Amino acid sequence: MATGQVVRSEWTKIRSVASTVWTLSTAVVTTIALGMLISALSKNEFGNLSEREKLSFDPTFISFAGTSLGQLAMIVFGVLVVSNEYSTGMIRASLAAVPKRGVFLFSKLAVATALALVVGMVTSFATFFLGQLMLGDLRASIGDDGVLRAVFGGGLYMTLIALFSMGVAAMLRSPMLSLGILMPFFFLISNILGNVSATEKVGRFLPDQAGSRIMQVVTPVDDDTPYGPWGGLGIMALWVIAAVAGGYVLLRRRDAQ
Amino acid sequence: MIELEGLTKRYGEKVAVDNLTFTVRPGIVTGFLGPNGAGKSTTMRMILGLDHPTAGDVRVDGTHYDRLKDPLTNIGALLEAKGVHPGRSAQNHLLWLAQSNGIPERRVREVLDEVGLTAVARKKAKGFSLGMGQRLGIAAALLGDPRILMFDEPVNGLDPEGIHWIRTLMKSLAEQGRTVFVSSHLMSEMALTADHLVVIGQGRLLADTSMAEFIERNSRSYVRVRTPQREALLDALHRAGVTAVDGADGTLEVDGTPAEAIGELAARNGVVLHELSPQQASLEEAFMQLTAESVEYHAHTGAPLPPQQQQQWGESWRKG
Repeated sequence: MATGQVVRSEWTKIRSVASTVWTLSTAVVTTIALGMLISALSKNEFGNLSEREKLSFDPTFISFAGTSLGQLAMIVFGVLVVSNEYSTGMIRASLAAVPKRGVFLFSKLAVATALALVVGMVTSFATFFLGQLMLGDLRASIGDDGVLRAVFGGGLYMTLIALFSMGVAAMLRSPMLSLGILMPFFFLISNILGNVSATEKVGRFLPDQAGSRIMQVVTPVDDDTPYGPWGGLGIMALWVIAAVAGGYVLLRRRDAQ
Repeated sequence: MIELEGLTKRYGEKVAVDNLTFTVRPGIVTGFLGPNGAGKSTTMRMILGLDHPTAGDVRVDGTHYDRLKDPLTNIGALLEAKGVHPGRSAQNHLLWLAQSNGIPERRVREVLDEVGLTAVARKKAKGFSLGMGQRLGIAAALLGDPRILMFDEPVNGLDPEGIHWIRTLMKSLAEQGRTVFVSSHLMSEMALTADHLVVIGQGRLLADTSMAEFIERNSRSYVRVRTPQREALLDALHRAGVTAVDGADGTLEVDGTPAEAIGELAARNGVVLHELSPQQASLEEAFMQLTAESVEYHAHTGAPLPPQQQQQWGESWRKG
């Protein structure tokens, strides 16, 4: 069984369903639109900020504000790519065609992740430039120290969120269950854990909080986060590896249904 | 060729497939018969490597399924759950299957044509009727031009014309020398298509026999006799060395003696007959009898006697 064949077949699968287009386009539009809006609002509010807040002002990170909402569409994309197989019963046809389960899963993840990477990068660069446009004279330049890393990292962050969701969906199989866990987790629980002082130190190690560090250029005053931008992305990558490995192990073990 | 050896599947305490050993040979249609819930679909999923056997072994063309290079070119299967994404067109469904096994893309058009779905090739599968879905599943099975074909309840949801088509298709595939393995819970369906029969009940093998042999062994013919002079007739039959057993509604059933001979015997003894009719027990009855003890979900309508009691009842009559 040639892996190239399976990758081609997974590409046909992903491009022939409508959910691919609407989830990814929602991610692009939401991230950019919300990023622009918050950038414009921040520009107007800048004058009201305290000196300390002004020192922590990070025009790059502000333009990525839409990521918090846009990532939810990426989660839906990642979940549907995998759980569609189970909710439609297609998994039996897929594994009858490709009985080597590792080849099946990793070809599917490779195709979906590559697509998420392209969309994530385009979104990230677009949201940065359009956000800076809104920020006017407060804007950062792509040539500034750490900015290119942050913008590039923003694309990686979106990709890793999608891949993490694929791993979780491979473990849970049901789209409703996967979304029911991932959406509130990333939209609510992670934020709550990160903002309550008792749990803040734990919240930092959650995939989204650790990963989003890569999009920061200006370190906030009296910040004591124990990792840097790449360290944070590394922590996120560990979560992704764990989710994908869990999905793979369960796929190998379980009956196909 | 599909070979099963002691194939077993347990879900916790429940045994779905129990130590099945049989071989499905090429060139004929092998029927896989059993009541609903007998383990037919589970067995087929294990053949395809989808479910892991608890014990035992199954080989396709002498190899484990997951060792086959491009399995769809060895064995094509229509499973009960068709597994088509409702938002994907028939054409794209077959295209990804073809690509995954290195099957030339022109085969997609060929099989769509063969099953009569060319006109709806670009339509999304969610608009398909049950019958069209079944045809798409059959197209997928034929895609790799495999030597082995496996169909799980293929006539489900098909109209009479479709049923005729699938029967003809299965026979012609077998005539081409292919292995055809088809499951059904209907004996009548099997009688029309299968050359060989594998019967299971509650996961256990009940019969592995040629169709002709099954019919010969199981289709019992007898003569039904109704008379107001029951004792007189029984005496006459007894003297002639003919045994009769009790039938339904106070009738008598006589095995192995033609109706003419019974009529003449009755006439010679001056016994009045109200009915004298040759009967043929249907294959469906034979199948039900075979699986009666293994049927898990009885329809509790007629409150039938437990099999043991039925047997004693017949035996006591024969002794008398």
